[in-house]
Amino acid sequence: MDTLKVSVWRGSGSGGFRTYEVPRLESQTVLDVVTYIQRSLDPTLSYRFACRVGVCGSCAMTVNGKARWTCRTHVARVAEGDQIEIAPLANLPVIKDLVTDMSRFFDKWAQAKGQFHGTRTRADDFARVPPDSPQRQAVDAAIECIGCGVCHSSCDVVTWNPAYLGPAALNRAWTLVNDVRDTARIPRLAAVAGDAGCHACHTHMSCTERCPKNLVPTASIAGLKRAAAVAALRGEI
Amino acid sequence: MIVNTRTQVLLWTAQRTSAAVLALCVLIHLITMIYAVKSGLSAAEVLGRTRGNFGWAAFYALFVAAIAIHAPIGLRTIVSEMLGWRGAVLDLLVLAAGIALALWGWRAVWGVFV
Repeated sequence: MDTLKVSVWRGSGSGGFRTYEVPRLESQTVLDVVTYIQRSLDPTLSYRFACRVGVCGSCAMTVNGKARWTCRTHVARVAEGDQIEIAPLANLPVIKDLVTDMSRFFDKWAQAKGQFHGTRTRADDFARVPPDSPQRQAVDAAIECIGCGVCHSSCDVVTWNPAYLGPAALNRAWTLVNDVRDTARIPRLAAVAGDAGCHACHTHMSCTERCPKNLVPTASIAGLKRAAAVAALRGEI
Repeated sequence: MIVNTRTQVLLWTAQRTSAAVLALCVLIHLITMIYAVKSGLSAAEVLGRTRGNFGWAAFYALFVAAIAIHAPIGLRTIVSEMLGWRGAVLDLLVLAAGIALALWGWRAVWGVFV
């Protein structure tokens, strides 16, 4: 049976890589490999997963230098020969092994005012948003984010400026800026503008290249740049 | 903080706008340089065309203004990202760099105008 040589990051910030030999199987995912190591070779290995089918966004790791969702990444697609290197997501503090502290990532969603603010109550009728309206189309293009952190981990600007809100939080803000029911457009544009916001993006497009859901956060950020610039010129922010 | 969020956005807008101006200015400048070299114009002949010419003076004054706006804003971003240096001192330094670029540039434009 073929075997894979898998280098896995062990420890926290001051750890190192340890190599394991894992049987290579057909249709094997990177998450399968990590699970095999933890269940059969080294039960002290810490990692995070839940759904195993690309919905929950909890299993993202750095595989051969690139952030990926491991449950839907086949070994055959990423192995270099019989080698795989698996590390925790970049741009986040490592708690242990492959587990990062995601609080900074999700705090940025809150900083970007990622919560919906409406006026209707449960006593009101449903809001009617035409599916083919430009705003709804813009929301549709960006709404399927699973919060895996792959874009945040792949972003050079986050590396250079840790305060930068990052692609996921800005993408979320863009869906709300286009939500016709939302009432917090101007405070949200103020929250996402400037040096630590959308205007810091250099359009490297790593987020767009690596997003496992094939979203285009770069386009969302470009939309925010324009909307916030117009608001600033009008003196609204 | 001397540069608030609105000013940060306006700086970004100014850099985008000055980049558009620079794209045009650089193109015209390069065509002019290639023409001057190909035609074998001497320094005296170049000066003969620029002295008292309000068109060239206005063009290069605009070119210098676009540089003086564009370069310091970019420098501010590069320094903050590469060196982690942010805040009022950096803002004042790049402002000084912008003023210096403008004064030196306009001095040169004046030098070939009079």
